[in-house]
Amino acid sequence: MSLLTVEALSKAFGGNVAIDDLSLSVRQGAVHSIIGPNGAGKTTLFNLVTGIYTPDSGRILVDGRDTTGLAPYRMAGLGLSRTFQNLQVFFNMTALENVMVGMHLHCDSRFLPAMLRLPRVVRRDAEIAGEAAELLRFVGLADSIGADSDAMPYGALKRLEIARALATRPRLLLLDEPAAGLNPSETTEIDDLIQKIAGTGVTVVLVEHDMRLVMGVSEHILVLDRGALLAEGSGEEIRHNPDVVAAYLGEEGRYL
Amino acid sequence: MRLEGLATPRYGGMLGLAAVIAVLPAFLPNNFYFDVVILVGLNAIVCIGLNLLVGYAGQISLGHAGFFGLGAYASAILTSTYGWPPVAALLVGAAAVGLLAFAVARPIMKLRGHYLAMGTLGLGIIIAIVLTQEVELTGGPDGMPVYGFSILGWEPSGVLMWYWIVGFLLLLTVWLALNIVESPVGRALRAVHGSEAAAQTMGVDVVHYKVLVFVVSAVLASIAGSVFVHYIGFVTPSEAGFVHSIELITMVVLGGMASIYGAVVGAAILTMLPQLLTFLHDYEMLGFGAIMMGVMIFLPKGLVPTLARLIRERVR
Amino acid sequence: MFTEFLQFLLSGITVGATYALVGVGFSIIYNASQVINFAQGEFVMLGGMMAWFLFEQAGLPMAAAIPLAIAGTVMVGLALEKFAIEPARNASIVTLIIITIGASIFLRGGAQLIWGRDFHAVPALSGDAPINISGVAVNPQSLWVVGCTLVVTILLHWFFSRSMTGRAMRAVAFNMLAAQLAGVNSRLILMFGFGLSAALGALAGVLIAPITLTYPDVGIMLGLKGFCAAILGGLGYPYGAIVGGLIVGISEAMTAGYVSSAYKDAVAFVIILMTLFFMPNGLFGRRGIERV
Repeated sequence: MSLLTVEALSKAFGGNVAIDDLSLSVRQGAVHSIIGPNGAGKTTLFNLVTGIYTPDSGRILVDGRDTTGLAPYRMAGLGLSRTFQNLQVFFNMTALENVMVGMHLHCDSRFLPAMLRLPRVVRRDAEIAGEAAELLRFVGLADSIGADSDAMPYGALKRLEIARALATRPRLLLLDEPAAGLNPSETTEIDDLIQKIAGTGVTVVLVEHDMRLVMGVSEHILVLDRGALLAEGSGEEIRHNPDVVAAYLGEEGRYL
Repeated sequence: MRLEGLATPRYGGMLGLAAVIAVLPAFLPNNFYFDVVILVGLNAIVCIGLNLLVGYAGQISLGHAGFFGLGAYASAILTSTYGWPPVAALLVGAAAVGLLAFAVARPIMKLRGHYLAMGTLGLGIIIAIVLTQEVELTGGPDGMPVYGFSILGWEPSGVLMWYWIVGFLLLLTVWLALNIVESPVGRALRAVHGSEAAAQTMGVDVVHYKVLVFVVSAVLASIAGSVFVHYIGFVTPSEAGFVHSIELITMVVLGGMASIYGAVVGAAILTMLPQLLTFLHDYEMLGFGAIMMGVMIFLPKGLVPTLARLIRERVR
Repeated sequence: MFTEFLQFLLSGITVGATYALVGVGFSIIYNASQVINFAQGEFVMLGGMMAWFLFEQAGLPMAAAIPLAIAGTVMVGLALEKFAIEPARNASIVTLIIITIGASIFLRGGAQLIWGRDFHAVPALSGDAPINISGVAVNPQSLWVVGCTLVVTILLHWFFSRSMTGRAMRAVAFNMLAAQLAGVNSRLILMFGFGLSAALGALAGVLIAPITLTYPDVGIMLGLKGFCAAILGGLGYPYGAIVGGLIVGISEAMTAGYVSSAYKDAVAFVIILMTLFFMPNGLFGRRGIERV
């Protein structure tokens, strides 16, 4: 059962073709990775799927439903959530508040009741705070529950974004380079976290450059090159695919 | 209620503000001082709304006096020319301003940064020009007088009555604003400021919230304008002008972004400052400009957040 | 009928040329620093006021007063950059806007303090006698305004496309970090930008003063309308500001002549709202994409 499908998707910025007639599909359950050299269009693909960019042509289907051209804020309601390659943490809020924003769709966000501080809003907010704290513990940030996000270290912020994305209760979680800038031991922690998330039934798709993480955690790998799908399969298949090795793995393949 | 609870903006802050409002009249020697304090209160109401827009939601408006002026003239015209009851005029004025803000908000809120600044500036100036030119309706550049204010027959007599009215309205505004800020709506606004892309991804309809906060801040300005005009008894187009808009945004930025009490402090300081600077006579404008630049360069977060952080660091 | 139209057109071109010069100043500073300088109008005021002061009070001939007034304004512009903009370089947009607004108030306050609030006349460059061009009475000073704007446009074109400094400025506007990595001293560019904008503003002020009289508050509306011109043309595109200025000036004159002189001042702001709603990047600007 395909949770995410793109059909003949194309997107160009000026003269630069970022996504070129791309078709792929992501099965429900399991952890999938999208890899490819820089400029292959991985983050652009995420931005297209989450509605931040509008495709020039082609379709995007989430859970069978055509979401092409839908406004980005609608995607969370359809079970789609993501983290960002260049941290988009709400630095003007605490860690807890960041995660609470993730629960926006699940709280009482009506204006008049909020302005009049009706008991229902207050009660729901207290529940939300509790759930947000739970999520912070889930990703290993129990110590940062009261912290200001602009005082947290980089590695913690990566995990904060994941907690926030999980707060929307997604069925499909897109992680954009969750291990970027992390050292090997932090990367292992991310590996464990991703598996923990997959264990709760969330389908995870990650974009990554760190081959050890990719090979260790994914059941299904898609290789993008110059905006098109080059190959897909299991870690073993990809590793031995000559096109992929030629286009991308190159030197790094030797260390796996 | 534990003692720590008193340190929060909600309980401690409101209690403190209420105490100040209750006790202040004993210290004010004559009507002139009451006048200044009442103006502080009215400016503070506008600034709280403006702070929601600028400080919390991260937008900007250089034309907010336009909404203040529209509320003022709506009340002036409906009561003095058409004999409406003042409270009805105030409510209708606020509704009309809300509708205007709603109509303009969607296209304007698509703009960012300087373009948004310029768009709101243009809107404010156009409103001021219309108010100046429609002499038949508004009395033109010389303004028009406003007669009598009564709530269900009761007329406030004397400056002390007005003081209590404005004081009450200020406390009410602070309470409502704190409620908004501490709710999912407030978090959504701050998310819009923090990162629009991430906010969208979390399901926050960014455009909806920008429009919402713009309309709310416009309506607050309109209500303050209506009350102002009944208190003063007169209205001129300068209430909607560019200079007034700049004063308002400066109050917000000076007092502190994303801080309800910052808005109150900023309004207080900048309303009282010209009075304090009159002794400088010809140096007044020079001094005002110098203070604006100085504060923005050295205390960019504004007074209240900077002080709050200093206190927190000492306590640690 | 036609002469009336020509009259309005010429008056529109004259005032439009002023807006153009102010607008170019905005665009240049924006390019060098991403800052909207709300004190731009005050450069215009200072040019006119200093010229009046040097001519009237110091007894200098206009030939000396004008360049000195421009030089004086340039000094003010550089001081503004050094003491108000430089220290707050990393501040938010709102903060920077408030700083330049504060600078505008400061400069106006200073002018009022030194020279008083009165309106002052400045002699025209070639006399007041109107020249008759096909039935239209043309103020010779208008010809000076338009002529100088044309010369400035040509000089700026040469400057931005041929000279090293000009090209460095374009590089900074395009991508500051890359320009710095290529060896461009962005601080110097910033100072130069402010100096050049001040010079352009002062020139506009000196040229327009004989027509409109000069007084401390003359810069407010001129500055705002010059800003409208810059946005119409596309913020950061100096040629756009020139075209924008002319469009605003002519629209204003036509509105005053044919529709209602009361709403003349509103024209520039209606134009800017329409621009922002329908073509936010202006006539010549290009659309950008936010990368996340």
